[in-house]
Amino acid sequence: MPDATGLELLAKELRDENTVGSEAILGTLHFRARATLEVRPEANRAVLAYLRGRGYASLMSVHGVDYYPHEPRLGVHYELLDMSAVDRVTVTTRVSTDAPALDSVTPDGPDGPGWPTANHQEREVYDMFGVVFAGHPDLRRILMPEDYEGHPQRRDFPVGGEPVIFTYNEHESFGVTR
Amino acid sequence: MSPTEQQISEYRRQEQSITLSAVGDPPPEGPHEELFTLNFGPHHPATHGVLRLLVTLQGEVVRSIKPVVGYVHTGIEKTAEDKAYWKVIPVVERMDYLSYYFNAMAFCGAVETLAEVEVPKRAQYLRVIHLELNRIASHLIWLGTSALDLGAVSIFLYCLRERELILDLFEMSSGQRMHTRYFQVGGVMEDIPVGFERKLRDFIEIMPGRADQYGAILNSNEIVLQRLRGTCPLDADTLLSLGVTGPLLRAAGNPWDLRKAAPYSSYDDFAFQIPVGTVGDNYDRFAVRLAEIYESVKIIEQALDGLPEGPHITTDRKIALPPRHELATSMEALIHHFKLVTEGFRVPPGEVYYPIESPRGELACFVRSDGSSKPARVHMRDPSFVNLQALSRMAEGSYIADMIATLAMLDPILGGIDR
Repeated sequence: MPDATGLELLAKELRDENTVGSEAILGTLHFRARATLEVRPEANRAVLAYLRGRGYASLMSVHGVDYYPHEPRLGVHYELLDMSAVDRVTVTTRVSTDAPALDSVTPDGPDGPGWPTANHQEREVYDMFGVVFAGHPDLRRILMPEDYEGHPQRRDFPVGGEPVIFTYNEHESFGVTR
Repeated sequence: MSPTEQQISEYRRQEQSITLSAVGDPPPEGPHEELFTLNFGPHHPATHGVLRLLVTLQGEVVRSIKPVVGYVHTGIEKTAEDKAYWKVIPVVERMDYLSYYFNAMAFCGAVETLAEVEVPKRAQYLRVIHLELNRIASHLIWLGTSALDLGAVSIFLYCLRERELILDLFEMSSGQRMHTRYFQVGGVMEDIPVGFERKLRDFIEIMPGRADQYGAILNSNEIVLQRLRGTCPLDADTLLSLGVTGPLLRAAGNPWDLRKAAPYSSYDDFAFQIPVGTVGDNYDRFAVRLAEIYESVKIIEQALDGLPEGPHITTDRKIALPPRHELATSMEALIHHFKLVTEGFRVPPGEVYYPIESPRGELACFVRSDGSSKPARVHMRDPSFVNLQALSRMAEGSYIADMIATLAMLDPILGGIDR
Protein backbone atom coordinates (compact mmCIF):
# COMPACT_ATOMS: atom_id res chain seq x y z
CA MET A 1 0.00 0.00 0.00
CA PRO A 2 1.31 3.52 -0.59
CA ASP A 3 1.80 5.18 2.79
CA ALA A 4 -0.13 8.33 3.67
CA THR A 5 2.48 10.59 2.08
CA GLY A 6 2.71 8.46 -1.04
CA LEU A 7 -1.04 8.60 -1.39
CA GLU A 8 -1.03 12.42 -1.22
CA LEU A 9 1.71 12.53 -3.84
CA LEU A 10 -0.29 10.20 -6.03
CA ALA A 11 -3.35 12.43 -5.63
CA LYS A 12 -1.29 15.51 -6.53
CA GLU A 13 0.07 13.75 -9.61
CA LEU A 14 -3.48 12.97 -10.66
CA ARG A 15 -4.64 16.56 -10.12
CA ASP A 16 -1.78 17.82 -12.28
CA GLU A 17 -2.55 15.31 -14.99
CA ASN A 18 -4.38 16.85 -17.96
CA THR A 19 -6.48 13.81 -18.83
CA VAL A 20 -7.84 13.63 -15.29
CA GLY A 21 -8.35 17.28 -14.39
CA SER A 22 -7.65 19.20 -11.24
CA GLU A 23 -11.21 18.82 -9.95
CA ALA A 24 -11.44 15.08 -10.34
CA ILE A 25 -9.94 14.01 -7.03
CA LEU A 26 -12.36 14.70 -4.20
CA GLY A 27 -10.21 13.38 -1.40
CA THR A 28 -7.86 10.76 -0.07
CA LEU A 29 -8.19 8.39 2.82
CA HIS A 30 -5.52 6.29 4.45
CA PHE A 31 -7.10 3.90 6.88
CA ARG A 32 -5.77 0.62 8.27
CA ALA A 33 -3.08 0.56 5.59
CA ARG A 34 -5.68 0.86 2.82
CA ALA A 35 -5.09 3.77 0.48
CA THR A 36 -8.26 5.18 -1.06
CA LEU A 37 -8.69 7.88 -3.69
CA GLU A 38 -12.16 9.33 -3.92
CA VAL A 39 -12.87 10.63 -7.41
CA ARG A 40 -15.73 12.30 -9.23
CA PRO A 41 -18.00 9.81 -11.03
CA GLU A 42 -17.21 11.20 -14.48
CA ALA A 43 -13.47 10.79 -13.90
CA ASN A 44 -13.42 7.08 -13.02
CA ARG A 45 -12.12 5.87 -16.38
CA ALA A 46 -9.45 8.57 -16.64
CA VAL A 47 -8.15 7.94 -13.12
CA LEU A 48 -7.99 4.18 -13.63
CA ALA A 49 -6.26 4.65 -16.97
CA TYR A 50 -3.64 6.91 -15.39
CA LEU A 51 -3.07 4.52 -12.50
CA ARG A 52 -2.59 1.69 -14.98
CA GLY A 53 0.28 3.67 -16.41
CA ARG A 54 1.67 4.05 -12.89
CA GLY A 55 1.92 0.26 -12.56
CA TYR A 56 -1.48 -0.56 -11.03
CA ALA A 57 -2.22 -2.76 -13.99
CA SER A 58 -4.62 -5.27 -12.44
CA LEU A 59 -8.17 -4.58 -11.41
CA MET A 60 -8.83 -7.16 -8.73
CA SER A 61 -12.32 -6.25 -7.64
CA VAL A 62 -15.24 -3.95 -8.28
CA HIS A 63 -17.89 -3.75 -5.61
CA GLY A 64 -20.76 -1.57 -4.63
CA VAL A 65 -21.58 -0.08 -1.26
CA ASP A 66 -24.74 1.66 -0.09
CA TYR A 67 -23.84 4.54 2.22
CA TYR A 68 -27.42 5.09 3.33
CA PRO A 69 -28.32 7.51 4.95
CA HIS A 70 -25.40 9.56 3.64
CA GLU A 71 -25.66 11.20 0.23
CA PRO A 72 -24.70 10.45 -2.48
CA ARG A 73 -25.71 6.98 -1.45
CA LEU A 74 -24.19 4.50 -3.84
CA GLY A 75 -20.45 3.92 -3.87
CA VAL A 76 -18.46 1.89 -6.37
CA HIS A 77 -15.00 0.70 -5.37
CA TYR A 78 -12.23 -0.34 -7.74
CA GLU A 79 -9.42 -2.32 -6.12
CA LEU A 80 -6.24 -1.91 -8.13
CA LEU A 81 -3.14 -4.03 -7.73
CA ASP A 82 0.45 -3.52 -8.81
CA MET A 83 1.86 -7.03 -9.03
CA SER A 84 5.54 -6.08 -9.39
CA ALA A 85 5.59 -3.68 -6.43
CA VAL A 86 2.95 -5.66 -4.50
CA ASP A 87 0.99 -2.51 -3.92
CA ARG A 88 -2.71 -1.83 -3.83
CA VAL A 89 -4.76 1.31 -4.19
CA THR A 90 -8.51 1.74 -4.09
CA VAL A 91 -10.45 4.17 -6.24
CA THR A 92 -13.94 4.98 -5.03
CA THR A 93 -16.69 7.05 -6.52
CA ARG A 94 -20.16 7.95 -5.33
CA VAL A 95 -23.37 8.42 -7.28
CA SER A 96 -26.85 9.27 -6.07
CA THR A 97 -29.85 6.95 -6.29
CA ASP A 98 -31.68 9.54 -8.39
CA ALA A 99 -29.18 9.35 -11.24
CA PRO A 100 -27.10 6.25 -10.62
CA ALA A 101 -25.08 6.47 -13.82
CA LEU A 102 -21.40 5.74 -14.25
CA ASP A 103 -19.13 5.05 -17.19
CA SER A 104 -18.34 1.37 -17.52
CA VAL A 105 -14.64 0.54 -17.30
CA THR A 106 -15.11 -2.78 -19.12
CA PRO A 107 -14.86 -1.78 -22.81
CA ASP A 108 -11.94 -0.17 -24.55
CA GLY A 109 -12.39 3.55 -25.09
CA PRO A 110 -10.66 6.62 -26.46
CA ASP A 111 -8.87 6.99 -23.12
CA GLY A 112 -7.20 3.62 -23.38
CA PRO A 113 -7.93 -0.07 -23.09
CA GLY A 114 -10.67 -1.32 -20.79
CA TRP A 115 -10.65 -3.79 -17.93
CA PRO A 116 -12.45 -6.92 -19.19
CA THR A 117 -12.49 -8.38 -15.68
CA ALA A 118 -15.02 -5.73 -14.65
CA ASN A 119 -17.68 -7.28 -16.89
CA HIS A 120 -19.24 -9.67 -14.35
CA GLN A 121 -18.53 -7.42 -11.41
CA GLU A 122 -20.20 -4.35 -12.91
CA ARG A 123 -23.17 -6.52 -13.75
CA GLU A 124 -23.29 -7.56 -10.11
CA VAL A 125 -23.15 -3.94 -8.92
CA TYR A 126 -25.94 -3.09 -11.37
CA ASP A 127 -27.97 -6.06 -10.16
CA MET A 128 -27.51 -5.41 -6.46
CA PHE A 129 -27.39 -1.60 -6.31
CA GLY A 130 -28.89 -0.34 -9.56
CA VAL A 131 -25.85 1.58 -10.74
CA VAL A 132 -26.18 1.84 -14.53
CA PHE A 133 -22.84 1.48 -16.27
CA ALA A 134 -22.91 3.37 -19.56
CA GLY A 135 -21.10 1.56 -22.33
CA HIS A 136 -21.10 -1.85 -20.65
CA PRO A 137 -21.25 -4.51 -23.38
CA ASP A 138 -23.90 -6.67 -21.70
CA LEU A 139 -25.55 -4.94 -18.78
CA ARG A 140 -28.06 -7.47 -17.46
CA ARG A 141 -28.81 -8.82 -14.04
CA ILE A 142 -26.40 -11.59 -13.15
CA LEU A 143 -27.41 -13.13 -9.81
CA MET A 144 -31.06 -12.18 -9.45
CA PRO A 145 -33.71 -13.35 -11.96
CA GLU A 146 -34.09 -11.25 -15.10
CA ASP A 147 -37.59 -10.11 -14.13
CA TYR A 148 -36.71 -9.14 -10.57
CA GLU A 149 -37.75 -5.72 -9.36
CA GLY A 150 -35.55 -3.65 -7.12
CA HIS A 151 -31.94 -3.85 -6.11
CA PRO A 152 -31.65 -6.08 -3.05
CA GLN A 153 -28.32 -4.95 -1.63
CA ARG A 154 -29.55 -1.43 -1.05
CA ARG A 155 -29.86 -0.75 2.65
CA ASP A 156 -33.53 0.23 2.41
CA PHE A 157 -34.48 -3.01 0.62
CA PRO A 158 -36.26 -5.25 3.14
CA VAL A 159 -35.00 -8.71 4.03
CA GLY A 160 -37.46 -11.54 3.40
CA GLY A 161 -41.23 -11.31 2.99
CA GLU A 162 -41.16 -12.41 -0.61
CA PRO A 163 -43.02 -15.51 -1.86
CA VAL A 164 -41.06 -18.43 -3.23
CA ILE A 165 -42.11 -18.96 -6.83
CA PHE A 166 -42.60 -22.47 -8.18
CA THR A 167 -44.22 -23.51 -11.44
CA TYR A 168 -47.65 -23.96 -9.86
CA ASN A 169 -47.73 -20.39 -8.53
CA GLU A 170 -45.60 -18.63 -11.07
CA HIS A 171 -48.52 -16.39 -12.02
CA GLU A 172 -48.26 -14.89 -8.52
CA SER A 173 -44.79 -13.62 -9.29
CA PHE A 174 -44.70 -9.85 -9.40
CA GLY A 175 -42.70 -10.23 -12.56
CA VAL A 176 -45.79 -11.63 -14.25
CA THR A 177 -48.62 -9.53 -12.89
CA ARG A 178 -46.70 -6.35 -13.47
CA MET B 1 -56.83 -20.97 -9.95
CA SER B 2 -54.90 -21.98 -12.97
CA PRO B 3 -52.69 -19.39 -14.57
CA THR B 4 -54.05 -17.88 -17.68
CA GLU B 5 -52.42 -18.34 -21.03
CA GLN B 6 -51.50 -14.72 -21.24
CA GLN B 7 -49.73 -14.65 -17.87
CA ILE B 8 -47.66 -17.72 -18.61
CA SER B 9 -46.63 -16.51 -21.98
CA GLU B 10 -45.62 -13.18 -20.45
CA TYR B 11 -43.43 -15.01 -17.95
CA ARG B 12 -41.88 -17.20 -20.60
CA ARG B 13 -41.30 -14.18 -22.79
CA GLN B 14 -39.31 -12.54 -20.04
CA GLU B 15 -37.45 -15.74 -19.33
CA GLN B 16 -36.47 -15.92 -22.96
CA SER B 17 -35.35 -12.32 -23.05
CA ILE B 18 -31.76 -13.54 -22.76
CA THR B 19 -30.86 -12.62 -26.28
CA LEU B 20 -28.74 -14.81 -28.42
CA SER B 21 -28.42 -12.24 -31.16
CA ALA B 22 -25.03 -11.02 -30.02
CA VAL B 23 -23.64 -14.54 -29.65
CA GLY B 24 -20.93 -15.73 -31.96
CA ASP B 25 -20.03 -15.07 -35.51
CA PRO B 26 -22.73 -14.63 -38.14
CA PRO B 27 -23.64 -17.94 -39.76
CA PRO B 28 -21.25 -18.73 -42.57
CA GLU B 29 -22.34 -18.69 -46.21
CA GLY B 30 -23.58 -21.83 -47.86
CA PRO B 31 -26.50 -24.15 -47.38
CA HIS B 32 -24.82 -26.82 -45.23
CA GLU B 33 -23.54 -24.91 -42.24
CA GLU B 34 -25.36 -23.26 -39.42
CA LEU B 35 -24.71 -22.38 -35.83
CA PHE B 36 -26.35 -24.49 -33.18
CA THR B 37 -27.03 -23.13 -29.73
CA LEU B 38 -26.91 -25.70 -26.98
CA ASN B 39 -28.29 -25.07 -23.53
CA PHE B 40 -25.73 -26.77 -21.35
CA GLY B 41 -26.90 -27.13 -17.78
CA PRO B 42 -27.93 -25.90 -15.26
CA HIS B 43 -28.42 -29.50 -14.15
CA HIS B 44 -25.53 -31.30 -15.70
CA PRO B 45 -22.89 -33.25 -13.79
CA ALA B 46 -20.04 -31.75 -15.79
CA THR B 47 -20.86 -28.18 -14.81
CA HIS B 48 -19.70 -28.80 -11.21
CA GLY B 49 -22.75 -27.14 -9.78
CA VAL B 50 -25.78 -25.29 -11.02
CA LEU B 51 -24.10 -23.52 -13.90
CA ARG B 52 -25.83 -22.91 -17.21
CA LEU B 53 -23.81 -22.33 -20.33
CA LEU B 54 -25.33 -21.10 -23.57
CA VAL B 55 -22.92 -22.69 -25.99
CA THR B 56 -23.01 -21.80 -29.66
CA LEU B 57 -21.57 -24.59 -31.75
CA GLN B 58 -20.45 -24.83 -35.32
CA GLY B 59 -20.39 -28.55 -35.82
CA GLU B 60 -18.50 -29.71 -32.77
CA VAL B 61 -16.49 -26.53 -32.45
CA VAL B 62 -17.40 -24.07 -29.75
CA ARG B 63 -17.88 -20.59 -31.17
CA SER B 64 -19.17 -18.78 -28.12
CA ILE B 65 -19.99 -19.45 -24.50
CA LYS B 66 -22.29 -17.38 -22.36
CA PRO B 67 -22.39 -18.40 -18.71
CA VAL B 68 -25.67 -17.86 -16.87
CA VAL B 69 -25.32 -17.95 -13.10
CA GLY B 70 -27.42 -17.09 -10.10
CA TYR B 71 -29.32 -20.34 -9.60
CA VAL B 72 -28.00 -20.81 -6.07
CA HIS B 73 -27.94 -17.16 -5.11
CA THR B 74 -28.95 -17.09 -1.46
CA GLY B 75 -28.29 -13.48 -0.56
CA ILE B 76 -25.50 -14.28 1.86
CA GLU B 77 -24.05 -10.78 1.63
CA LYS B 78 -27.45 -9.30 2.48
CA THR B 79 -27.94 -11.75 5.32
CA ALA B 80 -24.55 -10.84 6.74
CA GLU B 81 -25.63 -7.22 7.12
CA ASP B 82 -28.28 -8.33 9.57
CA LYS B 83 -26.05 -10.30 11.92
CA ALA B 84 -23.47 -9.47 14.55
CA TYR B 85 -19.89 -9.87 13.33
CA TRP B 86 -19.23 -13.20 14.97
CA LYS B 87 -22.52 -14.59 13.71
CA VAL B 88 -21.56 -13.73 10.14
CA ILE B 89 -18.76 -16.31 10.14
CA PRO B 90 -20.98 -19.41 9.65
CA VAL B 91 -22.93 -17.56 6.95
CA VAL B 92 -19.95 -16.59 4.81
CA GLU B 93 -18.44 -20.05 5.27
CA ARG B 94 -21.26 -21.42 3.13
CA MET B 95 -20.33 -19.38 0.07
CA ASP B 96 -17.56 -21.45 -1.42
CA TYR B 97 -18.52 -24.76 0.10
CA LEU B 98 -15.28 -26.55 -0.67
CA SER B 99 -12.98 -23.97 0.89
CA TYR B 100 -14.93 -22.89 3.93
CA TYR B 101 -11.87 -22.16 6.04
CA PHE B 102 -10.76 -19.63 3.45
CA ASN B 103 -14.07 -17.78 3.49
CA ALA B 104 -13.89 -17.59 7.27
CA MET B 105 -10.26 -16.50 7.12
CA ALA B 106 -11.00 -13.65 4.69
CA PHE B 107 -13.86 -12.39 6.80
CA CYS B 108 -12.08 -12.76 10.14
CA GLY B 109 -8.96 -11.14 8.72
CA ALA B 110 -10.98 -8.16 7.49
CA VAL B 111 -12.70 -7.70 10.84
CA GLU B 112 -9.40 -8.11 12.71
CA THR B 113 -7.85 -5.41 10.53
CA LEU B 114 -10.77 -3.10 11.19
CA ALA B 115 -10.80 -3.70 14.92
CA GLU B 116 -7.00 -3.86 15.13
CA VAL B 117 -7.04 -7.20 16.92
CA GLU B 118 -3.76 -9.01 17.26
CA VAL B 119 -4.00 -12.72 16.59
CA PRO B 120 -1.73 -14.89 18.80
CA LYS B 121 1.04 -16.76 17.03
CA ARG B 122 -0.36 -20.14 17.97
CA ALA B 123 -3.71 -19.22 16.48
CA GLN B 124 -2.01 -18.11 13.27
CA TYR B 125 -0.21 -21.45 12.99
CA LEU B 126 -3.39 -23.38 13.75
CA ARG B 127 -5.12 -21.36 11.04
CA VAL B 128 -2.37 -22.18 8.56
CA ILE B 129 -2.65 -25.89 9.36
CA HIS B 130 -6.39 -25.87 8.75
CA LEU B 131 -6.18 -23.64 5.68
CA GLU B 132 -3.68 -25.92 4.02
CA LEU B 133 -5.62 -29.05 4.98
CA ASN B 134 -8.63 -27.40 3.41
CA ARG B 135 -6.63 -26.56 0.31
CA ILE B 136 -5.69 -30.23 -0.06
CA ALA B 137 -9.31 -31.28 0.48
CA SER B 138 -10.50 -28.78 -2.11
CA HIS B 139 -7.89 -29.89 -4.62
CA LEU B 140 -8.82 -33.53 -4.00
CA ILE B 141 -12.45 -32.86 -4.85
CA TRP B 142 -11.31 -30.94 -7.92
CA LEU B 143 -9.01 -33.76 -8.99
CA GLY B 144 -11.63 -36.44 -8.44
CA THR B 145 -14.45 -34.66 -10.23
CA SER B 146 -12.20 -33.52 -13.06
CA ALA B 147 -10.94 -37.03 -13.64
CA LEU B 148 -14.56 -38.16 -13.52
CA ASP B 149 -15.37 -35.70 -16.31
CA LEU B 150 -12.56 -37.20 -18.35
CA GLY B 151 -13.93 -40.68 -17.80
CA ALA B 152 -11.59 -41.89 -15.05
CA VAL B 153 -14.02 -43.09 -12.41
CA SER B 154 -11.79 -44.83 -9.91
CA ILE B 155 -9.62 -41.81 -9.09
CA PHE B 156 -12.70 -40.06 -7.72
CA LEU B 157 -13.02 -42.75 -5.07
CA TYR B 158 -9.34 -42.53 -4.19
CA CYS B 159 -9.55 -38.77 -3.78
CA LEU B 160 -12.59 -38.98 -1.54
CA ARG B 161 -10.77 -41.58 0.54
CA GLU B 162 -8.04 -39.07 1.42
CA ARG B 163 -10.54 -36.25 1.82
CA GLU B 164 -12.29 -38.33 4.46
CA LEU B 165 -9.08 -38.31 6.51
CA ILE B 166 -9.00 -34.51 6.33
CA LEU B 167 -12.65 -34.23 7.29
CA ASP B 168 -11.95 -36.54 10.24
CA LEU B 169 -9.27 -34.11 11.34
CA PHE B 170 -11.67 -31.18 11.00
CA GLU B 171 -14.22 -33.10 13.04
CA MET B 172 -11.61 -33.69 15.69
CA SER B 173 -10.58 -30.06 16.04
CA SER B 174 -13.98 -28.41 15.73
CA GLY B 175 -16.71 -31.03 15.95
CA GLN B 176 -17.85 -30.43 12.37
CA ARG B 177 -16.76 -31.96 9.12
CA MET B 178 -17.82 -29.10 6.87
CA HIS B 179 -18.55 -25.44 7.63
CA THR B 180 -16.69 -25.86 10.86
CA ARG B 181 -16.92 -22.33 12.23
CA TYR B 182 -13.47 -22.98 13.67
CA PHE B 183 -11.97 -19.57 12.91
CA GLN B 184 -13.11 -16.79 15.18
CA VAL B 185 -12.35 -13.11 15.14
CA GLY B 186 -9.09 -12.98 17.06
CA GLY B 187 -8.01 -16.60 16.71
CA VAL B 188 -9.56 -20.03 16.59
CA MET B 189 -12.43 -21.48 18.58
CA GLU B 190 -10.54 -24.14 20.54
CA ASP B 191 -7.08 -25.49 20.82
CA ILE B 192 -6.43 -28.74 18.99
CA PRO B 193 -7.34 -31.77 21.12
CA VAL B 194 -5.02 -34.48 22.37
CA GLY B 195 -4.36 -36.96 19.59
CA PHE B 196 -4.87 -34.44 16.81
CA GLU B 197 -1.15 -34.07 16.25
CA ARG B 198 -0.56 -37.82 15.95
CA LYS B 199 -3.45 -38.17 13.52
CA LEU B 200 -2.26 -35.19 11.48
CA ARG B 201 1.26 -36.64 11.33
CA ASP B 202 -0.19 -39.91 10.08
CA PHE B 203 -1.97 -37.95 7.38
CA ILE B 204 1.04 -35.95 6.20
CA GLU B 205 2.97 -39.20 6.21
CA ILE B 206 0.66 -40.88 3.71
CA MET B 207 -0.55 -37.91 1.63
CA PRO B 208 2.55 -37.36 -0.56
CA GLY B 209 2.58 -41.05 -1.45
CA ARG B 210 -1.07 -40.93 -2.37
CA ALA B 211 -0.51 -37.84 -4.50
CA ASP B 212 2.32 -39.76 -6.19
CA GLN B 213 -0.19 -42.47 -7.00
CA TYR B 214 -2.66 -40.01 -8.52
CA GLY B 215 0.10 -38.53 -10.59
CA ALA B 216 1.28 -41.95 -11.69
CA ILE B 217 -2.22 -43.08 -12.62
CA LEU B 218 -3.13 -39.96 -14.58
CA ASN B 219 0.25 -39.17 -16.10
CA SER B 220 0.49 -42.62 -17.60
CA ASN B 221 -3.04 -42.55 -18.94
CA GLU B 222 -2.98 -41.91 -22.65
CA ILE B 223 -6.56 -40.62 -22.79
CA VAL B 224 -6.06 -38.13 -19.99
CA LEU B 225 -2.88 -36.82 -21.53
CA GLN B 226 -4.43 -36.45 -24.95
CA ARG B 227 -7.36 -34.56 -23.54
CA LEU B 228 -5.25 -32.23 -21.40
CA ARG B 229 -2.02 -31.58 -23.26
CA GLY B 230 -2.18 -28.50 -25.44
CA THR B 231 -5.92 -27.99 -25.08
CA CYS B 232 -7.37 -24.54 -24.50
CA PRO B 233 -4.25 -22.60 -23.46
CA LEU B 234 -4.46 -18.95 -22.49
CA ASP B 235 -1.51 -16.66 -21.89
CA ALA B 236 -0.83 -14.91 -18.61
CA ASP B 237 -1.49 -11.38 -19.90
CA THR B 238 -4.98 -12.24 -21.10
CA LEU B 239 -5.67 -14.05 -17.85
CA LEU B 240 -4.55 -11.01 -15.87
CA SER B 241 -6.70 -8.65 -17.89
CA LEU B 242 -9.63 -10.93 -17.07
CA GLY B 243 -8.71 -10.81 -13.39
CA VAL B 244 -7.87 -14.50 -13.17
CA THR B 245 -5.64 -15.49 -10.26
CA GLY B 246 -4.63 -18.65 -8.48
CA PRO B 247 -3.56 -21.94 -10.05
CA LEU B 248 -4.93 -20.86 -13.44
CA LEU B 249 -2.59 -17.87 -13.57
CA ARG B 250 0.34 -19.84 -12.17
CA ALA B 251 -0.21 -22.51 -14.82
CA ALA B 252 0.43 -19.81 -17.43
CA GLY B 253 3.78 -19.01 -15.87
CA ASN B 254 3.02 -16.06 -13.58
CA PRO B 255 4.11 -17.07 -10.06
CA TRP B 256 1.64 -14.74 -8.29
CA ASP B 257 0.70 -16.21 -4.93
CA LEU B 258 -0.48 -14.01 -2.08
CA ARG B 259 1.02 -16.39 0.47
CA LYS B 260 4.42 -15.35 -0.84
CA ALA B 261 3.70 -11.88 -2.22
CA ALA B 262 1.82 -10.44 0.73
CA PRO B 263 2.08 -12.98 3.55
CA TYR B 264 -0.74 -13.08 6.07
CA SER B 265 -1.19 -15.31 9.11
CA SER B 266 2.56 -16.07 9.40
CA TYR B 267 2.94 -17.62 5.95
CA ASP B 268 6.37 -15.99 5.77
CA ASP B 269 7.58 -18.39 8.49
CA PHE B 270 7.36 -21.39 6.20
CA ALA B 271 9.53 -22.55 3.36
CA PHE B 272 7.51 -23.67 0.37
CA GLN B 273 7.61 -23.35 -3.35
CA ILE B 274 5.08 -22.07 -5.83
CA PRO B 275 4.49 -24.51 -8.68
CA VAL B 276 4.18 -22.76 -12.02
CA GLY B 277 3.39 -24.04 -15.49
CA THR B 278 4.81 -22.99 -18.80
CA VAL B 279 2.20 -22.82 -21.54
CA GLY B 280 -1.01 -22.53 -19.56
CA ASP B 281 -2.88 -25.40 -21.16
CA ASN B 282 -5.14 -27.80 -19.33
CA TYR B 283 -2.27 -30.10 -18.49
CA ASP B 284 -0.41 -27.29 -16.72
CA ARG B 285 -3.54 -26.42 -14.76
CA PHE B 286 -3.75 -30.03 -13.69
CA ALA B 287 -0.04 -30.33 -12.88
CA VAL B 288 0.11 -27.09 -10.88
CA ARG B 289 -2.75 -28.11 -8.61
CA LEU B 290 -1.33 -31.59 -8.11
CA ALA B 291 2.05 -30.08 -7.17
CA GLU B 292 0.36 -27.68 -4.75
CA ILE B 293 -0.80 -30.66 -2.69
CA TYR B 294 2.84 -31.51 -1.90
CA GLU B 295 3.62 -27.89 -0.97
CA SER B 296 0.61 -27.75 1.32
CA VAL B 297 1.82 -30.90 3.08
CA LYS B 298 5.21 -29.24 3.56
CA ILE B 299 3.61 -26.16 5.10
CA ILE B 300 1.48 -28.26 7.45
CA GLU B 301 4.55 -30.21 8.58
CA GLN B 302 6.50 -27.04 9.35
CA ALA B 303 3.56 -25.43 11.11
CA LEU B 304 3.09 -28.53 13.24
CA ASP B 305 6.79 -28.75 14.10
CA GLY B 306 7.02 -25.08 14.97
CA LEU B 307 3.64 -24.76 16.65
CA PRO B 308 4.29 -22.18 19.39
CA GLU B 309 2.80 -22.36 22.86
CA GLY B 310 0.39 -19.69 23.96
CA PRO B 311 -3.26 -18.74 23.73
CA HIS B 312 -5.31 -19.94 20.78
CA ILE B 313 -7.43 -16.80 20.67
CA THR B 314 -6.87 -13.20 21.59
CA THR B 315 -7.07 -12.39 25.28
CA ASP B 316 -8.98 -9.20 24.47
CA ARG B 317 -12.22 -9.86 26.31
CA LYS B 318 -14.04 -7.24 24.28
CA ILE B 319 -13.61 -9.41 21.18
CA ALA B 320 -13.33 -13.04 22.23
CA LEU B 321 -15.42 -15.01 24.68
CA PRO B 322 -13.81 -15.61 28.10
CA PRO B 323 -12.83 -19.19 28.95
CA ARG B 324 -15.71 -21.22 30.33
CA HIS B 325 -14.15 -21.75 33.77
CA GLU B 326 -13.87 -18.01 34.38
CA LEU B 327 -17.62 -17.56 34.21
CA ALA B 328 -18.07 -19.28 37.57
CA THR B 329 -15.61 -17.04 39.39
CA SER B 330 -15.35 -13.69 37.62
CA MET B 331 -18.12 -11.12 37.40
CA GLU B 332 -16.28 -9.30 34.59
CA ALA B 333 -16.07 -12.50 32.58
CA LEU B 334 -19.80 -12.97 33.00
CA ILE B 335 -20.52 -9.43 31.84
CA HIS B 336 -18.24 -9.80 28.83
CA HIS B 337 -19.82 -13.11 27.95
CA PHE B 338 -23.30 -11.60 28.18
CA LYS B 339 -22.41 -8.59 26.07
CA LEU B 340 -20.67 -10.63 23.43
CA VAL B 341 -23.44 -13.18 23.10
CA THR B 342 -26.35 -10.73 23.10
CA GLU B 343 -24.99 -7.77 21.17
CA GLY B 344 -21.61 -8.82 19.85
CA PHE B 345 -18.61 -6.54 19.73
CA ARG B 346 -18.54 -3.14 18.09
CA VAL B 347 -16.07 -2.40 15.35
CA PRO B 348 -14.69 1.07 14.61
CA PRO B 349 -16.18 2.64 11.48
CA GLY B 350 -14.20 2.22 8.30
CA GLU B 351 -13.64 0.01 5.28
CA VAL B 352 -11.10 -2.71 4.62
CA TYR B 353 -10.34 -5.11 1.80
CA TYR B 354 -8.58 -8.27 2.95
CA PRO B 355 -7.25 -10.58 0.22
CA ILE B 356 -6.00 -14.12 0.77
CA GLU B 357 -4.94 -16.94 -1.52
CA SER B 358 -7.74 -19.47 -1.74
CA PRO B 359 -7.44 -22.74 -3.71
CA ARG B 360 -8.98 -20.88 -6.66
CA GLY B 361 -7.21 -17.54 -6.52
CA GLU B 362 -7.56 -14.24 -4.74
CA LEU B 363 -10.42 -14.47 -2.29
CA ALA B 364 -10.95 -11.10 -0.68
CA CYS B 365 -13.44 -9.82 1.80
CA PHE B 366 -14.55 -6.21 1.80
CA VAL B 367 -16.12 -5.14 5.05
CA ARG B 368 -17.58 -1.73 5.78
CA SER B 369 -18.34 -0.96 9.38
CA ASP B 370 -20.54 1.91 10.53
CA GLY B 371 -19.45 1.55 14.13
CA SER B 372 -22.26 -0.74 15.22
CA SER B 373 -22.06 -4.43 16.06
CA LYS B 374 -23.26 -5.45 12.59
CA PRO B 375 -21.34 -4.97 9.36
CA ALA B 376 -22.82 -2.35 7.03
CA ARG B 377 -21.56 -4.21 3.97
CA VAL B 378 -19.83 -7.54 3.42
CA HIS B 379 -18.63 -8.33 -0.06
CA MET B 380 -16.66 -11.37 -1.14
CA ARG B 381 -14.47 -11.05 -4.18
CA ASP B 382 -14.87 -14.68 -5.06
CA PRO B 383 -12.25 -16.10 -7.42
CA SER B 384 -14.71 -18.47 -9.11
CA PHE B 385 -16.97 -15.56 -10.05
CA VAL B 386 -14.15 -13.70 -11.76
CA ASN B 387 -12.36 -16.73 -13.21
CA LEU B 388 -15.53 -17.90 -14.93
CA GLN B 389 -15.16 -15.00 -17.37
CA ALA B 390 -12.06 -16.65 -18.77
CA LEU B 391 -13.93 -19.78 -19.85
CA SER B 392 -15.14 -18.37 -23.14
CA ARG B 393 -11.67 -17.05 -24.00
CA MET B 394 -10.14 -20.43 -23.21
CA ALA B 395 -12.59 -22.71 -24.92
CA GLU B 396 -13.74 -20.74 -27.97
CA GLY B 397 -12.50 -22.38 -31.11
CA SER B 398 -11.95 -25.77 -29.52
CA TYR B 399 -14.07 -28.91 -29.49
CA ILE B 400 -16.96 -29.19 -27.08
CA ALA B 401 -15.27 -32.13 -25.37
CA ASP B 402 -12.29 -29.89 -24.63
CA MET B 403 -14.66 -27.33 -23.19
CA ILE B 404 -15.74 -29.92 -20.61
CA ALA B 405 -12.12 -30.56 -19.68
CA THR B 406 -11.45 -26.82 -19.49
CA LEU B 407 -14.45 -26.23 -17.27
CA ALA B 408 -13.17 -28.98 -14.99
CA MET B 409 -9.71 -27.43 -14.88
CA LEU B 410 -11.23 -24.02 -14.20
CA ASP B 411 -12.65 -25.47 -10.98
CA PRO B 412 -15.60 -23.11 -10.51
CA ILE B 413 -17.59 -23.47 -7.30
CA LEU B 414 -21.10 -22.24 -7.89
CA GLY B 415 -21.76 -21.55 -4.24
CA GLY B 416 -18.97 -19.03 -4.42
CA ILE B 417 -20.10 -17.58 -7.71
CA ASP B 418 -23.70 -17.05 -6.70
CA ARG B 419 -23.23 -16.37 -3.01
